[in-house]
Amino acid sequence: MNSSTFFDISAGAYIAAMIVYIIYLVTRNKNVGLAATAVTGFGFAAQTIAFIIRWVVSYDFWLTSNPASGFVEALLRAAPLRNLYESLVFFVWSLILIHLLIEFRYKNRSLGAFVTPIAALALLFTDISGTTKEIQPLVPALQSNWLLFHVLLSFLGYAAFGVSFGAAAAYIITATESKREKTYIFWSLIIGIFLIILVAMGIDFMSLSAAERKELIQSHFLKATFRSSSGGVVAASWIIALAFIFVLWQFGLGLKKVLNSLAVTPQMLEEIEYKSIAIGFPLFTLGGLLMGAIWANSAWGKYWSWDPKETWSLITWFVYALYLHARFVGGWRGKRVAILAVIGFVAVIFTYLGVNLVLSGLHSYGSG
Amino acid sequence: MEEEKQKKDIFETIWDFLASVKLAIAVFIILALSSIIGTIVEQQAEPAKNIALLAKFFGDSAAPTVYNVFAKLGFMDMYRSWWFVSFLVMFSVNLIVCTLDRFPKTLRLVKTPLRPLAENVVRTLPVKKEIKLKTSLKTAKDEFLNSLNSSGYHVLESNEDDSVQLYSQKGRYARFGVYVVHLSIILILLGAIIGARFGFGGFLNLPEGQVSDVAFMGEGKTIPLGFSVKCNWYETRYYEGMDTPQEFQSELAVIENGKEVMRKVIEVNSPLTYKGITFYQASYGMVPNAVGYFMLTVTPNGGQPHTLQLRPMESFDIPGTGIRGTIVNFSPALTQDRRTGALTTYSEAMVNPAVAIEFQIPSQEKFTGWILKRYPGTGALPGGHSVRFDDYWGVEYTGLQVSKDPGVWLIYLASIVMAVGLYVAFFISHKKVWINLAHEAPGGKGPVRITVGGSTSRNRLAFEKELEHLVSKASHAIEGRSKK
Ligand code: HEM
Repeated sequence: MNSSTFFDISAGAYIAAMIVYIIYLVTRNKNVGLAATAVTGFGFAAQTIAFIIRWVVSYDFWLTSNPASGFVEALLRAAPLRNLYESLVFFVWSLILIHLLIEFRYKNRSLGAFVTPIAALALLFTDISGTTKEIQPLVPALQSNWLLFHVLLSFLGYAAFGVSFGAAAAYIITATESKREKTYIFWSLIIGIFLIILVAMGIDFMSLSAAERKELIQSHFLKATFRSSSGGVVAASWIIALAFIFVLWQFGLGLKKVLNSLAVTPQMLEEIEYKSIAIGFPLFTLGGLLMGAIWANSAWGKYWSWDPKETWSLITWFVYALYLHARFVGGWRGKRVAILAVIGFVAVIFTYLGVNLVLSGLHSYGSG
Repeated sequence: MEEEKQKKDIFETIWDFLASVKLAIAVFIILALSSIIGTIVEQQAEPAKNIALLAKFFGDSAAPTVYNVFAKLGFMDMYRSWWFVSFLVMFSVNLIVCTLDRFPKTLRLVKTPLRPLAENVVRTLPVKKEIKLKTSLKTAKDEFLNSLNSSGYHVLESNEDDSVQLYSQKGRYARFGVYVVHLSIILILLGAIIGARFGFGGFLNLPEGQVSDVAFMGEGKTIPLGFSVKCNWYETRYYEGMDTPQEFQSELAVIENGKEVMRKVIEVNSPLTYKGITFYQASYGMVPNAVGYFMLTVTPNGGQPHTLQLRPMESFDIPGTGIRGTIVNFSPALTQDRRTGALTTYSEAMVNPAVAIEFQIPSQEKFTGWILKRYPGTGALPGGHSVRFDDYWGVEYTGLQVSKDPGVWLIYLASIVMAVGLYVAFFISHKKVWINLAHEAPGGKGPVRITVGGSTSRNRLAFEKELEHLVSKASHAIEGRSKK
């Protein structure tokens, strides 16, 4: 069997796990919780196999075009972390790994309902964004060990930030008293926008032919809904989106009871939120910023050039630095810092996807 | 007197302001938000580009006006604008003053020796535990001492008539972790300043075979290198059967006082550095209207290969075969049109270079064949002879990024310092443990009451587990001893 079979199995398992975790939240049945973990673990094993197979295939691929390469060099160059697809898949793998570790350590399964959706959405995104899944030859700029470690550590960091986002989102719910609280409104907006963009991209995807799908991100992003040429479709999209956010706001608070009944304490969520940032921040600083800069210096002769991607990494870094200082020195606690954890992950997503999707679209003024 | 006090107050107010974390939070927010502008407006771009961009938001008629306002505000080269740089300076000053303000306190905290605490105070510490064991005070003390020592605690003890207290700590230097992180940020900023002040960034497009002793900075400005650099050749290697570049390479030679002192094949990610100036493989291209040399290798069947260097329309012989060839045409990127089958050139760049050679073979008709550089099989001739097309040399240039950055070593150093600092700050904590041992009843009677309390600078949960483990280890050992 090849890597994509195992990968499809794992993707299926994660989506199933998401559903089982949610059922667990609703039914609070212990066996269901156990099943959720089992399904997640199964998916993780399958994905690990897929990852290894892909690595081996890339290794052979590299050796055919670089027969003179040594074992270690070929192994490093073949690491499947080379394009949007591979890195998103690795992100999902790290996210699940961290999630399983937390579950094991805190002996509480309820966070799964907040983390598996992030994994499922990321996988869904690899499908609907139309990014290529083929093993591609490595272009010269990417043939660098610094780059490899840069990507590896950044994505581990992003995954830790993803977990903190899940915990912060759950925290805000448990700490909310009334639907009129600003933090709760903020929560409804962010979660709503997330889901809406994904659904809208799904609609883009379905409305396109197979050939056009490859260009979804570059030229068809949200063209089937919010950016449609028909004014009626645009208006309807907005109305539906706002209605969705309203419904989320109206009923989202129901989650609080569920979480409470599962012995999920706000303290625990806050601790997971902070712990993940405490792991993510050093990884991201080292891997994302410093190794990225060192790689840029060895490839282009400039360690920092304020290009949008670099700048957005820096913005992300500032947000998390802000989180740490506000919490440790400024004495901020609770919902105020949870919001920063949410904003931080939004910045992560923007750094990784938004810069390519939104900003490059803005700058390609010719093809508008 | 009055006046002096007031002055001092003003100084203190300013100092407190500059040392405050509130200011840090504000500057973080300002830097993050303003940086966003620079990622939307294209930096250092031609005005037309950004006017077109602004037209998307403000409409065609307003765009030029908006552009002018934005340009005045420095948005078009924002990260160098006076106000952005001011915020960076503010950020550094904040960091330095804050450090100066707090460091002495931390130092005192670390240096202050640990003191024993009264038992009822130990009970109020953030992490605590109390157990009773039937054993002697001496045994209990020994085992807890063992347990603390093996966990790496530095233990002191204070003995009284009926009780003993072990008080201990570890990882107190972890308190310096954040200062190390902050220091590394200052080092990075320092490195950036040195680079900006004493370094340069330029470019040099150097055709194959040519020499230069300067690099260029844009607007016709030149920078003398202090030596000469020569491009021996440039080449793009492609993945087999694909037009995806595998490597961009140039061979550079450094010439000083008429002598070659260094030679290196550079690639992306593998530059050449000489006397602090680094040459990076950044781009490549064709020299307009250049006429170069065709580099061929001819091999008679079973004979020695000969290398040749020819101009267009020149002829050559394959030794001992009577075969004569003439170079008649060249294409940088030859392909066969899928529909018509005609040969065409599909790119200006040397993606798939091919040379057309007219061959005259004794007692055969003249014919012309294309030989492709990337497909050596195309050079096979009747009778087992072959012609290989090695290069069309002298028509490409290598695009070099030329930079000198005397601050870069500081950036590398700072990276290491920051890694160490982050590790210490996040993964090592300053832990203190007090263990009070006392007999329940006066006069050394009754079971020993063991009161454990501790505090940690971070990772409370892990600390709780550690204490738990420490206590159970000691009490098991004590129980084991009393059984014997
Ligand atoms: C982007 C730049 C900065 C980074 C990466 C950074 C990093 C850190 C880190 C990792 C910590 C430890 C947090 C924790 O314990 O979880 C810390 C603490 C701290 N930072 Fe920063 N910092 C930065 C800028 C600043 C600035 C500008 C100030 C100026 C006021 C500042 C003041 C402090 C203070 C007062 C502490 C607490 C120190 C203590 O525990 O005694 N930091 N910083």
